[in-house]
This record gives sequence, C-alpha cells and structure tokens, in this order.
Amino acid sequence: MGNMEGSMATVAKKTITSVSSIVTTAIVIIVDALLAYFAYRLADLGYIPLMIVFILIIAIISLSFMVPNLKHFRWMAIGLSAWLLFSIFPILYTVYNAFTNYGDGHLITKTQAIEQIQKQTYLPETGKSYTWVAYRSDTNEYLLWLKDTDGTTSIVRMVDAQAADHTLEVVPGQNGIGELDADGAPLTIEGYTRLNKILAATDKNLTSIKFGAADNTIQVRSPSEAAQLLPLYQFDDATGNFTNTQTGKVYEDIQGTWTAKDRTALIPGYSAQVGGENFVEFITDPGLRGPLVTIVVWNFIFATMSLFLTFSLGLFIAIIYGDPNFKGKKLLRSLLLIPYTIPSLITILIWRGMFNPDLGIINRVITSIFGVAPKWFNQAGWARTAILIVNMWLGYPYWMLVTSGALQSIPSDIYEAAQVDGATGWQRFWNITLPLLLVSVGPLMIASFIFNFNNFNLIYAFINGGPPIPTASTQAGYTDIIISYVYNLAFASGRGIRYGYASAISLVLFVVIALMSLAQFRLTNMWEEVGENV
Amino acid sequence: MSKKTETISGSKRTGLILRWILAIVLVAFSIFPVLWIISAAINPVNDLANQQLIPANANFDNFRQLATNPVFPFFTWLWNSIKVSVSSVIVTLSLTTMAAFAFSRFRFKGRQGLLKAILLIQSFPNLLAIVALFSIVKQMGDIIPWLGLNTHAGLVLVYSGGAMGMNIWLMKGYMDTIPRDIDESAHVDGATDWQVFSKLILPLLRPILTVIGILSFIGTYGEFIIARTLLTRTEMQTAMVGLQIFTAGQYTQNWGVFAAGALIAALPIMIIYLILQDQIVGGLTQGAVKG
Repeated sequence: MGNMEGSMATVAKKTITSVSSIVTTAIVIIVDALLAYFAYRLADLGYIPLMIVFILIIAIISLSFMVPNLKHFRWMAIGLSAWLLFSIFPILYTVYNAFTNYGDGHLITKTQAIEQIQKQTYLPETGKSYTWVAYRSDTNEYLLWLKDTDGTTSIVRMVDAQAADHTLEVVPGQNGIGELDADGAPLTIEGYTRLNKILAATDKNLTSIKFGAADNTIQVRSPSEAAQLLPLYQFDDATGNFTNTQTGKVYEDIQGTWTAKDRTALIPGYSAQVGGENFVEFITDPGLRGPLVTIVVWNFIFATMSLFLTFSLGLFIAIIYGDPNFKGKKLLRSLLLIPYTIPSLITILIWRGMFNPDLGIINRVITSIFGVAPKWFNQAGWARTAILIVNMWLGYPYWMLVTSGALQSIPSDIYEAAQVDGATGWQRFWNITLPLLLVSVGPLMIASFIFNFNNFNLIYAFINGGPPIPTASTQAGYTDIIISYVYNLAFASGRGIRYGYASAISLVLFVVIALMSLAQFRLTNMWEEVGENV
Repeated sequence: MSKKTETISGSKRTGLILRWILAIVLVAFSIFPVLWIISAAINPVNDLANQQLIPANANFDNFRQLATNPVFPFFTWLWNSIKVSVSSVIVTLSLTTMAAFAFSRFRFKGRQGLLKAILLIQSFPNLLAIVALFSIVKQMGDIIPWLGLNTHAGLVLVYSGGAMGMNIWLMKGYMDTIPRDIDESAHVDGATDWQVFSKLILPLLRPILTVIGILSFIGTYGEFIIARTLLTRTEMQTAMVGLQIFTAGQYTQNWGVFAAGALIAALPIMIIYLILQDQIVGGLTQGAVKG
C-alpha cells in the first residue's frame, strides 16, 4: 500500500516535471525564434559582428536549457548573454574597429552604402519627356501634372511627401481636382495654387524638387519639359564596382571607398578593413603624434600625482586623528567624508565655477590679497594644478577610510618593540607603518591608479581638456588624458568623427590597463581563491 | 621630576591645539564647496561674479526658476536619473544573484574558467569601449527603436551588462559564507534548486543585496560619460548630463539656478550616505573605487 502511494507520487512528480519541461522548451523556442529574427535583420543591414554575437546568445540559451549536462548554466544564461553583449563584445568590437576606417564618410555598412549610391540619379538630356503644370500649396507642398507624348496624363506628388500614393489619377471631383483645361490639366486643385508660366519660372524650388515614387522620379528640366531621372551609378555584383552611366567612368572598391582612376571618389563609402593604417597614421602624422605624446605623459603624471596626493592626505588624517582619545573624532570623520557623499560630477562642476578665472571666488580672493591671480583655464600649468587640487578634494576621503581601517589591523606589539629599541615616531612611520600599509592596501592603490588613469569625468567636466594644444590637427588640450582625447576624436562635433582611429588608441589603453590589472591580481589572492575551488 | 611631566603635558596640549587648528583648516577645505553652492542656491543674485558667502535677501527664487525654466527641464532629468538607476539596480541584482547562486552552489565544468574570465574582463572599465558601445546600441536601435540611442531601455541594458563582473564576485563571496548544510538538508526533504534559492538563500542575502543595490544605485546615478554619449535629446537626459551641458553654456549668468539644481541632484545620494554610512564604507573598501 505504502509502496503504491510512493509510486503514484513518483508518477505525479514525473508528469509535473514533463509538463514544466514542455513549457520551458516552448518558451526557449519562442525566445530563440525572436532572437533569430533579430539576427537575420542585423545581417540584412550588414551588421555582421553584432549578428554573430546574437547567434552566440541563441546558442547559450538553447544549450543551457536543452542539454541536461549544461543545466547549471540556466541560472546565468541571461546574465552571461548580457555580459557577452555589453562587456566582452565591446572590447572585441573595439579591436575590430581599430583596423577599419569607421568614421566620417565611412559610417555605414557596405549594403547601406550601395543602396545610397544607387539612389543617386541624374537628369538626362534626352529620353522620355513630359509637358507639365505645377501646383503649390501654402505650406510649399507641390504637385506636378504631367502629359507624356502619348497624351496620357497623371498628377504626381513630391518624392518626400508623406502620402500613401505618389501618383493621382486626373479625374475632376476626386482629390479636390477641379475642371480641366484644353490640355487636360486641372484649372484648380483644392488647397493648391496653379502656377502660371511666370510664377513657375520665378519659383526657386521647382527645378530642384523630385516628383513621383522613389524608383521612378521625375524632375522639371525646362519651362516646357519634365523628364524621368535615371540612376547615375550602375553596380556590378561580379566585380563590386560602380559605373557612372552618364560618363562611363568606373569606380573600383578600394578599402571601402569607390575610387576612379583619377582618384575621384563616390560618397558615401563604407566601413572597411584598412589593416594597420590607423596605427601607422598616429606614428607618422605629426599633427596626431605631437599631442598624443603630450597627452600620454600628462596622463601618467596626473594618475601618479592624484594617487600620491589623495593617499598622503588621507593617511595623514587617519594617523593624526586615529588616536582613540581624540575628542570629536566621529564628528570630524563625518565632516571630512562630505566630498565623498556627493556625486563627483556635481562637485567637479561646482569647482569649475569656483575656479573661473574672471568671476570665481578663488580668484576674487587671490586678487584681493595679491592683486593678480592665475589664469586657471588658459595656462597649461595652472589648469593642471587646479585639476590636481580638485582631484585631491575628491579622493582623500576614500584613502582616509581605507588607511584608518588598515592602520587598526597593524598589531600594536610591533610598535611597542620598536619603542623599546628607541625608534622615534618618524622612524616608526617609515620603517613599520608605511611598509605594512603598502602591503595591505597595495591592490587598492593600483585600482585607484587605474581609476584616475581613466578619470574622464574630471577632465571633461572641469574644462574639457583645455587649454587647447595649438599644433594638434584634432581637438586636443593640455589637460586631456588618453580617454578624453579618444572621446573627442569620436564624438566632438565639428572636427570630424574618427571611430576607427579612436579605437586604435583605445587598444593601446587596453594594453596599459591589462598590465596594471595583472599586477593587481598578483598582489591580491583572487586568482588563488578560484584555484582553491571555494 | 614634576617639572618634566609638566613640559610633556604642555607639549601634548600644544599638539592638541595644533591638531584642532589643522582640523578646522581641513574641514574648511572639505565643506567649503558645499557651503558655497548652498549659498549660491538661496542667493537671488543668480550671477557667479556677485555671489557672496552670506547672501543678502536669501530666498528660494532659484528653486522656483528651476521648476519653470523651459531650456533647463531639471525635474525631468532628475526623474530620468532615478528611473534609469532603479531599473538598472533591479536588472543587475536579479541577474547577478542567480548567476552567483550557480557559481556558489554547483560544481560544473567551466566554472573556474568562467569566474576567472569575468574577473579579467571586469578590469577593463566599459567606458574604454565607448565607441563600440555607441555603435552596438545604435545598430540595435536600427531594428528595435526602443532599444536604441536616446532610449532609457538601451542605457539600462548597457549599465546592467557592464556591471556584472564585480557584483557576481561580491555576491558569490557572500553566498559562500552561508553553510551548504542548509540547502543539503532541504534537498533531502525534496526541495528543488529553485525552492532552495528562492525560499532559503534569498532571504539570507538581504545585507549583501542592500550593499550591492545601494552601490549600483549611486554608481549609475552619478554615471556621466555613457549617458552623455547615448542620450542626445534634452528631454531624455539624466541629471548629471543635464547639469554638465548647462555649465558648458552661459552658466555664469545662471549660477544660482545651476546651484539649486546641483543641490537637489546631490541630495538623494547624500541622504543615502548619511543613513547607511557604515554599510557603504564596508562595501567600498572591499574593492570598489568611487566614480
């Protein structure tokens, strides 16, 4: 009896399991199908690298839910997909972009570029022609009545008009069309004014407007004639070349730009592999290399000085006020922690206002004492000093917290032994406190160095890298660090967008960061932790 | 003998006085910018050049202007910031908690390799790949517009996907301290993995969920560069981006309004810090560096 109940329970459990596994399978198939459609659309637009990532995501999800051996991965399938898409892929994609000409004139994919060039048309001197009459609305919408040589008439809208149908039949009473004249052109169309010869001749827009559907556009050629436009370039699938149908000139595809023998090029090009050209360029081009050297040197000075200043001040406070007998310690700690509790971007902007060379409080005070004041934003040395002061303010509370914790963990008997040996306070600091402290907070110092090495917010929000370096061919300033320089290469308006080149410099940053992280890992026990299989 | 003790206590007193003077200087350095911005916010002069530390005729005009100024839709930005940060925290916590559970409780092939890879990738801050992130979001938006540039959903995905690594490690470390006997006895009683996770482990995770949640909220709320790159339309921007763009223009004439905005934007984070100081300090010194 008990046995039977047990077996019934097993059957029931199995049924539940199989039902839930069917539901799971169904959900996985639906999700996979949606993702597959997304990947297909990506491929359609020519976004091949991103498409590959989505295929991998489909694989992660399907395998972890379908293969029993991989069932533990279910717990992290979505997390791993997000991690793949927004942590790993951006790094790989940066590497990929570093070897392309992705940037101004090469912003789109090959498919999109071919499509755009094929849309370019010209107005033939001969060919099918129409007589025409134009109509204009108050909002500068135009209609064009056409009559071809067979006597067939029609009315067409502008190509970019927001309408379902670009061609209207010429039937009085429909679409506001009034009585027709002798030729068959409407005398009136509701909402539009018929343009007579003089009005049409003086209308500035008329000759440049394209009428009709996108694949069959018509343009006014002369006061008596309108003609169908023809595609200007013919794409050859076999060779990948474009041919100008008007002149017969052939444009060959050279690294994403269709270029003719006489070096003229079609616009737009597409993002294509260019090998190591970006790297060669920043070594050989003085307009790029010059600022980059200045920026890299300052980047290292900035990170080192920031670490030194914040660490020193934080440690100083921790030692002086770490004394448990010091009254008001807690209040003091809370007050000194304040810079830490405000989002750093906000305080950077406040400092920007205070450092304003003409109107800020700092220079108003300095001027009232000394009569003159530094030009904080205009001179490289002063701008760099100001940035270090601000960063010291931003960073010391962190080190105050970290070092006061670390100081407490140094056993007091070491100090007592040193005191017996007659060591002075200064000697104790240099020979005991500092070495022991550096061992325990070393990894955090590297982390802080890496953080400051890429402290984009401070550099960008304070004075946007300025003052500018005059010899630079792109936007670059004396306080720029590598990451802010890269950002301006890619996103600063007006100087040309150069994603490929920016990515190439990012690669150099990756290597620097990787080396520093490696040092950090060796100092911490994180690797060993994994190794011991905790 | 007695004279010697006197000099020692005398030098001790001098030391104490010196310390106090130094403390006052340090506190002045630390809180001056905050006092300055509070003073600017309540000063009706609204002009950087004429601002005084103790304002005459203090009032709340700048705050009123903040709510009505059409080129400075501050409260929209603030709401955007809160929306984006809260969503990111929820997504990050759910993804990392589940992943960390698997890493902590199961032993499977590829576990160690994956943990190491997560740690390694984490050391590259994702702002280094900002150009790539921009392209990825743009390309996704070409197909699904509500995931593209100028959308909060796209930004939340970037934040959550980029913050996985460290949080998985923190979470897994905490879970490892929960004895496995608990879940083994539950398994014996017939509980499934999901039941163990949701009924047993999850309630025990409240302290670490609070720490990671707060740290991610603060981090996302204060994040600037990715938001600045992905959100270009004024009404979609976050408070940090809005304030920065504001100071890039003619900010010296509108200093008071800016100060009022900066003060309000800083307030949520300051309050969180004051209430949860000890937990945050504990979490931060475990490895994170403030952004």
